[in-house]
Amino acid sequence: MDADGDGAWFDGLDLTNEEVAARSIARGEAASPRDWPALAVETGVVTDEATYYRRLQAIAIAAAREAVSRYEGADDRQVVHAVNTMDDLDRTANELAERVAEWAGSLGHDDIAGPGDVARLADREPAGMLAERLHDVAQTVVRMREDRNTLASTIERTVPEFAPNLSEMAGPILSARLIALAGDLERLAKLPSGTVQVLGAEDALFAHLEGHAPSPKHGVIFTHEYVRGTPPAHRGSAARALAGKLSIAARIDHYSGDYRPEIHAALDERIARIQERDA
Amino acid sequence: MTSLPSGVSRREFNGQQRLATRGDPIGDEPTTNGWRAWDSATSKVAAMLDRDMAIGLAPGQRVLYLGAAAGTTVSHLADIVDVVYAVEFAPRPVRDLLAVADSRAGVIPLVKDARQPDSYAHVVESGLDLLFQDVATREQTSVAIANRRFLAADGRLVCALKARSIDVTREPEAVFETARAELGEAYEILAAERLDPLHRDHLAVVARPRPNDEHEG
Repeated sequence: MDADGDGAWFDGLDLTNEEVAARSIARGEAASPRDWPALAVETGVVTDEATYYRRLQAIAIAAAREAVSRYEGADDRQVVHAVNTMDDLDRTANELAERVAEWAGSLGHDDIAGPGDVARLADREPAGMLAERLHDVAQTVVRMREDRNTLASTIERTVPEFAPNLSEMAGPILSARLIALAGDLERLAKLPSGTVQVLGAEDALFAHLEGHAPSPKHGVIFTHEYVRGTPPAHRGSAARALAGKLSIAARIDHYSGDYRPEIHAALDERIARIQERDA
Repeated sequence: MTSLPSGVSRREFNGQQRLATRGDPIGDEPTTNGWRAWDSATSKVAAMLDRDMAIGLAPGQRVLYLGAAAGTTVSHLADIVDVVYAVEFAPRPVRDLLAVADSRAGVIPLVKDARQPDSYAHVVESGLDLLFQDVATREQTSVAIANRRFLAADGRLVCALKARSIDVTREPEAVFETARAELGEAYEILAAERLDPLHRDHLAVVARPRPNDEHEG
């Protein structure tokens, strides 16, 4: 065997520079392994194999620590801000769009009847000073909707990274909403599933607790197809089953972090059984 | 009855005979005279030893562990062997694995995907004695085959196949049959036992690589 370190994590490196060596462990690759410890000694990178393993361990620990902290920086707290901002953009853009539509009607744009028509107005050439101001606001609405959509796709990419089970089960956006309502993933993981079931229905819940309303069957999880797609008579059961599994998913994501296909299959089976019942 | 590997012993903890290894305790686990209890209800490797499966474990070895998780099993292996390359992809359990690596010489933590051995073949050496595998992906057999490249010709694959991760819709026995056939192309299976009831729907497999190289992943 040639005494070269081709392909090794330590090839061409000064092992006392831990940062650079850690990056090589994190990002490097090779098609096939070789007797790296022997090669490290032969090429004079280290004096003996015991030293090799000591250096490798210290550098591998540094690389793993870096990977973990990078993960924790791109975490659930950021997603809470992102989803709240997304909802603010939604609400504000719609409110503004209604105002724009009303104003447009008074300026003779008879086809701009509601918030959905504002994008069309933003494409038109304004005539007159006030029409220009209206046009500016219409463009603001369009920009806000674009921002909202970009934010949504960022959330869709980010949530599966730290909550693989929750986002498989609820979708990334609903997962982000649940995390935001709970505060963070840890708090969501610690909530009883009955609370997860009514997260987002706090007004109805307090009305019920004060004694003048029935208990709410579901909060934001109503948007989940397993609740909405179940006949009204069985929605309570579907919401309870979904909330139970969402709690389990959040706990696995928070405490262990690995993907568990079996919990998703168990929920699918349970919902199928509920939906088979007679209305 | 196969004897336990050197470095593993049955010791009494609170009146119960349990497997144990000798090393610094992690957290508040039970110890007696320097021996740490090795829980066969949580560690599949311990469950295999508890059932007297011959896994080929011995002091002085260099091993690769895929699916290291929080590193409990890795810590016991490190009490016995010289070097454990511990591969775990999920960042959260790696925090605990790092604590294990900090407290034990020879534990090399790698935040890598076991389905992509190229991403760690520049670090993990060839000619290893044992390849442990406990991963929860669908492609458990192809992971074992792709990682065969790290094993010495007389090395051993020690693997816990998890039926419910491979296919939840089929009967575990049917899943295991397919898995054994797939593994059989690259490995000669020496022993296979269900780990029920301690580990439900798990099949423990000990195998050695087939001599030809045509199945290198």
